[in-house]
Amino acid sequence: MGKTLSDFGDSELLLQLCSGQNLAVLSTEADARPYASLVAVAMTSDLRHLFFATPRATRKYANLSTNPRVALLLDNRTNQVADFSRAAAATVLGVAQELSAQERDKNQAFYLERHPHLAEFAASPSTALFRVRVESIYLVTRFQSVMEYHFTP
Amino acid sequence: MIKPRDLVIDLTALTLDDLPRAGGKAVNLARLARAGLTVPQGFCITTAAYDHYLNETGIRERLPLLLERKAFAQMRWEELWDLALKVRHLFLQTPLPQDLSDVLAQSLFARFDDDYPLSVRSTAPAEDTTNASFAGLHDSFVHVRGLAAILDKVRLVWASLWSDRALLYRQELSLDPATSSMAVLVQELIEGTCSGVAFSRCPGRPHLAAIEAVWGLNQGLVDGDVEPDRILFDASGQIVERHAPQREQACRAVPQGVVLQPLPTDQRAASPLSDTDAGRILALLRQAENHFGAAQDVEWTLRDGTLFALQARPITASGTADNDERAWYLSLHKSLATLAKLRRRIEDGLLPAMEQEARRLGSMDLTKLDDEALAAAIRERQGLLDAWEARYRDECIPMAHGIRLFGQLYNDRLRPEDPFAFLDLLAGDEGLLAVQRNRALQELAARVRANPQLAQQLRDGRTLPTDSPFVLDLHGFTARFGTLSWVMGSPEDEARSLAGLILELAKKPPEAHFPHRQTREDAYRAAFSAKEQALAREVLDIGRASYRLRDNDNLFIGGLSARLHEACREAERRLAEGAHPLLSSLIDPGKTRVARRTTAAPFPPPPAAAIPGTRRQARQLVGQPAGPGLAQGHARVIRRPEDLRAFQSGEILVCDAVDPNMTFVVPLAGGIVERRGGMLIHGAIIAREYGLACVTGVPGAIDLINTGDRITVDGYLGLVTVEPAVH
Repeated sequence: MGKTLSDFGDSELLLQLCSGQNLAVLSTEADARPYASLVAVAMTSDLRHLFFATPRATRKYANLSTNPRVALLLDNRTNQVADFSRAAAATVLGVAQELSAQERDKNQAFYLERHPHLAEFAASPSTALFRVRVESIYLVTRFQSVMEYHFTP
Repeated sequence: MIKPRDLVIDLTALTLDDLPRAGGKAVNLARLARAGLTVPQGFCITTAAYDHYLNETGIRERLPLLLERKAFAQMRWEELWDLALKVRHLFLQTPLPQDLSDVLAQSLFARFDDDYPLSVRSTAPAEDTTNASFAGLHDSFVHVRGLAAILDKVRLVWASLWSDRALLYRQELSLDPATSSMAVLVQELIEGTCSGVAFSRCPGRPHLAAIEAVWGLNQGLVDGDVEPDRILFDASGQIVERHAPQREQACRAVPQGVVLQPLPTDQRAASPLSDTDAGRILALLRQAENHFGAAQDVEWTLRDGTLFALQARPITASGTADNDERAWYLSLHKSLATLAKLRRRIEDGLLPAMEQEARRLGSMDLTKLDDEALAAAIRERQGLLDAWEARYRDECIPMAHGIRLFGQLYNDRLRPEDPFAFLDLLAGDEGLLAVQRNRALQELAARVRANPQLAQQLRDGRTLPTDSPFVLDLHGFTARFGTLSWVMGSPEDEARSLAGLILELAKKPPEAHFPHRQTREDAYRAAFSAKEQALAREVLDIGRASYRLRDNDNLFIGGLSARLHEACREAERRLAEGAHPLLSSLIDPGKTRVARRTTAAPFPPPPAAAIPGTRRQARQLVGQPAGPGLAQGHARVIRRPEDLRAFQSGEILVCDAVDPNMTFVVPLAGGIVERRGGMLIHGAIIAREYGLACVTGVPGAIDLINTGDRITVDGYLGLVTVEPAVH
């Protein structure tokens, strides 16, 4: 067997996952009811911040207004059998904050560099750009191996 | 829908184009047959059959879960064997789909009568797509009769695509559960009067050709059990040398398979091969060389004057470099006969000599030696330890194969759900020194449990009268089993630690263990016919001897290591009192040597790159499930031997490797987590004996877990979950 993805060290794998995945499952909550949705994400190279955009009329936006705590799942599964041993998943935990107009101008370019085709969507006045301050990431590899990364404040 | 024509092809119909689906062994034989050589008739079960089996049974999905559970770079060779055993068991337990077994049955009966003696041989496509030849990575079976047995062996040949030997060479073979495949060659068994191997280049003397010949079947020669006659030829084809061994045995086909039998007197006296027949075999070799355009190794057999080619393999650059330790590992696969001899050598020679050596060293009064003599004693002990460790590696490690041989036979016959159930027949052996020692400790603990006054005295650290029965028994213990000194520190520390340990042990009576030994043994014996009982007994016996040795030899090494430690301690004592130039260069205070096991850790683990600004905390670690059970408790991480002193009842023992010299704390433990991997290592075995949850082969266990962390040991799934003590 050649060097498969899973032969890399876990930190290396985490970096690959966070820089390589376009989409993540976002979990929000309101009234003790969890809610999951798919969002386009961009993560800074130090993994401390993650950006996503959403229209303001959405359920996730409403949820975030009442509880900004989020969990996101990034993974590289391919819907093949090999996923069970070779896919990796990162659960990102943190707090989401909608960016003010000023901050949005500063960070939108970073987000669009990753998702240029979303320029129109992101520029819409009805779209909000969120920044998640990452507190910790739980990386799952090889089906069941779990390593936690806790960010120092 | 399967097409029989794709699954089964007549040996003689194979062409070079069939290499990817029929493998090199089958295709080469077909080419020899077409070139006019006689080969045993048969047919090839192509890789399409393997693929169909994997896809239909779901093994295709299950294989990666086994094979990719842990990075190969982090696996010890022992773990590769465990892994291969699990894969083998998976194939053994998974029957062929009906359509496939129908096709194979039809193919078989179209060519051979039922019960016709056959060989079932691996012919791997990957083996010959490389530039190097890898002999012996996959399994072949000689003398198989009847449909059921044939179909069993076909699956075992398939499983051997993932044998421990093959997994060692996974990179060279480009092994991948998604794409790799295996073909099988089913051939008539030729019961030759003599057999052998012909080499274009004599090993070690490449300018000569060589023929090795034995009476009977080839298997004894290939396994190394039968010493062959050796005939060497120069380039002109003249015989230049003939070497005759002590001829004693031959491999013969019997109803149960193939066995070694003593040779009749006339065959002992005579070479199996006349000059004329040797000339015919040389001609066959030359023909094969010409045909393939390269130097060859050719296996042959002679029956009633007819010369058969059994296999031809190009001699290419050898598969392994000289310094490649994997070749050493391959050499560990021993036959029953070789193991029986090895056992005698170890039990009758090596171990008593080691014990005697330790006793001789132990009788020296080190305090009476001057510095020069003490320095010499330290050097001598160091040298002896190194020498014994080398002998350990050469003789005792290969003996461990006896456990494997037994395990395989057990699994083949009983097909248990748990592929490691056979361990229950080996564990709990009264001959294990570690078991005897731990029992003696338990007896001391029982005395303390029954005597509150004594317990209080020990707790208070009071000095007991030297003639009190307990102290006498304590001395008896150390006299019999040696001190625990290298584990427990100085003699004063040791007395305190031993008392502490006994007090801990006294807190709860030990639970009964080895529950399954007798019932499993009865079931094992019942699985063999009256005629096979002798074989069943012999293999079990070798398995047990091998298991015992594995434990005891290490205690013997531990004994020698304690003697070295003793001498070093005496030197340290003198150094603490003043300058002793003769001694100071010998003693490195920070680095006291402890007994170590010679284990092969082929590749260092990859360094984990850090992510700046983060604290990395293991949450769930994956290892091998080595002792079924679920245990929760605080971790006691053993980084240095002294850490054992603080061990408390109910804690989870987390260590790099459970050494037999530290198994006495196991009765106290709630569970065991070990970095070193394998089902046959001490930690796993003793956990099984005490019914403790155990996970082995957890990379970085002692770095990722800290003493005091609350951990859960899932011995069913092989998982360790960590809740750190402090955030």
